[in-house]
Amino acid sequence: MIVKDAVCPFCGCLCDDIEVEVEDDRVVAVTNACELGTTKFMGEKRMKNPILRDGDRWRDITYDEAVQYAADMLLSAERPLLYGWSGTHGEAQCVGVHMAELVRGVIDNTSSVCHGPSILAIQEVGHPGCTLGVVKNRADLVIYWGSNPIDAHPRHLSRYTRYAEGFFLENAFRDRKVIVVDIRKTETANIADEFVRIKPGGDYAVLSALRAIVQGKTDTIPRTVAGVTREQLVRVANLCKNAKFGAVYFGLGLTMTRGKYKNIRNAIELVSELSRHTKFTISAMRGHYNVYGSNEVNTWMTGYPFGIDYSRGIAFYNPGETTAVDILARKECDAALIVGSDPAAHFPRKCLEHLADIPVVQLDPYPNATTAFCNVQIPVAVTGIDAEGTAYRMDGVPIRTRKVLSTDYLSDREVLSRMCALMQEALER
Amino acid sequence: MTELLVKNAYVIDPLRGINAETMDIAILDGKIVEEVSDAAEVIDARGMLTLPGGVDSHTHICGTKVNFGRYMSPEDMRAGRTPRQGPLHATSGYSVPTTYGNSYRYSVMGYTTLLEGAMAPLEARHTHEEFIYTPLQDTMANTLFDGNWAIMEAIRDGDVKRVAAIIGWTLRAVKGFAIKLTNPGGTEAWQWGKNVSCIRDPVPYFEVTPAEIIRSIVEANELLGLPHSVHLHCNNLGTPGNYSCTLGSLGLIPDLNKKRQTLYATHVQFHAYGGSDWKDFCSKSEPIARFVDMRPQIVMDMGQVMFGRTTTMTADGPMEFNLYRLHHEKWSNHDVELETGSGIIPVIYRRKNLVNSIMWAIGLELALLTKSPWQCLLTTDNPNGAPFVKYPEIIGLLMSKKYRDAEFATIHPDTEARVPLPAIERELDWYEIAVMTRAGQAKALGIQDLGKGHLGPGADADVAIYPLKIGEVDPSVDYQKVIDAFSRTEYTIKRGTVVARRGECLVDGSNATFWVRPKVSEAYDMGKDPDFIEKFDRYYTVRMRNYPVQEEYLNRNRCIETEARI
Repeated sequence: MIVKDAVCPFCGCLCDDIEVEVEDDRVVAVTNACELGTTKFMGEKRMKNPILRDGDRWRDITYDEAVQYAADMLLSAERPLLYGWSGTHGEAQCVGVHMAELVRGVIDNTSSVCHGPSILAIQEVGHPGCTLGVVKNRADLVIYWGSNPIDAHPRHLSRYTRYAEGFFLENAFRDRKVIVVDIRKTETANIADEFVRIKPGGDYAVLSALRAIVQGKTDTIPRTVAGVTREQLVRVANLCKNAKFGAVYFGLGLTMTRGKYKNIRNAIELVSELSRHTKFTISAMRGHYNVYGSNEVNTWMTGYPFGIDYSRGIAFYNPGETTAVDILARKECDAALIVGSDPAAHFPRKCLEHLADIPVVQLDPYPNATTAFCNVQIPVAVTGIDAEGTAYRMDGVPIRTRKVLSTDYLSDREVLSRMCALMQEALER
Repeated sequence: MTELLVKNAYVIDPLRGINAETMDIAILDGKIVEEVSDAAEVIDARGMLTLPGGVDSHTHICGTKVNFGRYMSPEDMRAGRTPRQGPLHATSGYSVPTTYGNSYRYSVMGYTTLLEGAMAPLEARHTHEEFIYTPLQDTMANTLFDGNWAIMEAIRDGDVKRVAAIIGWTLRAVKGFAIKLTNPGGTEAWQWGKNVSCIRDPVPYFEVTPAEIIRSIVEANELLGLPHSVHLHCNNLGTPGNYSCTLGSLGLIPDLNKKRQTLYATHVQFHAYGGSDWKDFCSKSEPIARFVDMRPQIVMDMGQVMFGRTTTMTADGPMEFNLYRLHHEKWSNHDVELETGSGIIPVIYRRKNLVNSIMWAIGLELALLTKSPWQCLLTTDNPNGAPFVKYPEIIGLLMSKKYRDAEFATIHPDTEARVPLPAIERELDWYEIAVMTRAGQAKALGIQDLGKGHLGPGADADVAIYPLKIGEVDPSVDYQKVIDAFSRTEYTIKRGTVVARRGECLVDGSNATFWVRPKVSEAYDMGKDPDFIEKFDRYYTVRMRNYPVQEEYLNRNRCIETEARI
């Protein structure tokens, strides 16, 4: 059987043109997906059933036992953390918010260690953006800044920019210029028309210089700025001003380097400035396929995109205080539920030391680095493979992922709904 | 079987011509019926003002741009928050509350049905997801067609039936309720950083004018037999002198429908400005109201501005950019491929600001100068003019000259020379307020036959009982009592269940979503049209099969089938 128009649950591109060939309840071939997506669709060696840590060994337990364990853990915790969420569907994320509210916990998603600073910048100056199709059909200038789509979002170039067809571009490949700004010559830089190499930590200065040039203050610019010559800066500023439609896509190379959210604020303000001359937009290259969805869900349910603390009954947001890394580093958190992410592979050592000291339950189909810190792991269906559900693409377009396989695994939403129901019952007693 | 009997209700029910009669309302399984058994639960309304549940025919509560308003505004989220309590979830936000915040606050004010003013088809799934978490109101969505490529091409080819077919296919796919045009043509031009100045300006590349877009789509709307008319946000919002553009747009509209208006012009306050720049800015509410008085085919809503902080959000991207250049506050913009756009900025409307004071006056003037309350409905274009929690104050202002004068004394002193408001003596009565907040809105939306906006047998049992005995209150003097009563129902009944009582919501309900499915002939099924399919595949970034919103996104599915004439 071939499933057409399947939705790839890997990166924020959320490609929805995948063909998946299924035989005997196994994926045997994947067409149109990139290497990352194909690997995910073909993924094997899933955990068979929930497991409980028993001394030095793992013991198999039933779903009912695992769900009860998690509910008891959250109910008896003083400061539970519910973390992850970008690797699951929106319907599960909604249940997660209700659970956090019930136990007055902290709910946070992976953006707090990813594009969190970008969100802080947006909260200061806003976000002039657009859907990916607007760029595909119109943009004659695309700038990748601190992002390397060939490695991280392989089909971004072919679906939306460099190699994409565009309604208003006669010969899109020829008529569309691509600029790459980075500290090293990446694979993406190799296919750019212009490569701007910045000394590490110099992004803020370069953005400021470009803003000055766009405002007509070229004579204030020194001969080089963070390793970039004035001539190149002027050339880039002119390319921007003369473009009919320009689009900036930035990655963690801008968000997580020196300056952090100030870099993003500066980049957004450059785009707002350019909007007085021509059409310009800017967007983040979001990583997980539904990290943007976890921001969206949290926002309509709680008012904030990440880092929400319910300990006082109301939703309270203070990134740096109410975010997962901080709660763990301060050793405040006394139980953690992890869904759809792998914090042990990304968090600082200090956080992991604390994670090792507290009860942890994880929902994940596969054993991962976090498994080593778990007391219980519950395998679930993979959204986009054996579970349906809503995901939000990096540009905010919501797509319902398809189910390409039928398995007996419960979805995240089903497992969490059971957990939430048990918790509600216990609290009503 | 659940039975409820509301006794001794003092009812105003304009759609049934009932003006202040004491009666009992019988409810069986969520519907109003002639009578119930003796076993019914009884609520004694003790002569309190009882109206059909409130209907808001233009508000922004759910979807991509609303949520982005929240996302970019933690300061607004902090400005209104309540903890989890009993069956109720925590809420955040003042001008753009979370979905639960919207739902609870509307419910406490007696509102039971809401129309989201603008949904981009490509992002419709998002709007529907948020509807599910707006549990205490039934919902429906205006669907944006202002910059739709396929439609502009069909208009250029002079093919109105094809225009109708594309709209029909899209509404069905995205589970939309009605057609919305926001700055028609302007949102497409804005994807090049441009705009259209008024209805005769051609849209770049597509070479159709806003006037052609409006006229063709109005005609298509009637071909599809939709319950609501075209819902228009005119070109040129918010600019001095724009009233002539507004009159030009309204003048395009023939009278095509016996049951309802042919055009719903929304937030007309923002489109009723005189003057040539901000210096000689003035009110042009009078020519607009006179024009509408003579044309039964037009219904408008106020789009009242109230002083204080709020967030502006609209599909009108270029307008928001202009506002950004005026206010220098944060600015977000979100263009949507092949369809439309949107923009958001926070604003503060100040009494000390002359332009803001004039805007405040214009909204009230429109409501007071338009003869028939059925033709000028009460809205703030929530949250653009003000958050909806200000509705009770607006009711107070419309019912009391004394209150208006007291407020007028506090605004910019030069306002008097620029607006007719101080000379207007009219005070609206209870019946007119009931029209402007529910009956008129239900009629304009075309949902009275679906049991909305009235209390006749068969209607949905959505009832608002206000703690007010209208015989004992003179609204022109006791306006504070009017404001208090409309702020907090004694009972809000939704689908036969008491959902709010004296300011507290009682249940975690579940909403119903209304949407339309026009039945068209095989030849006009765009799902099988090779040209439509080919362009979709080439220029959208979502596959055509993944575009339609699945029925999983509808909590209670109220599909309205229409017989299209194509």
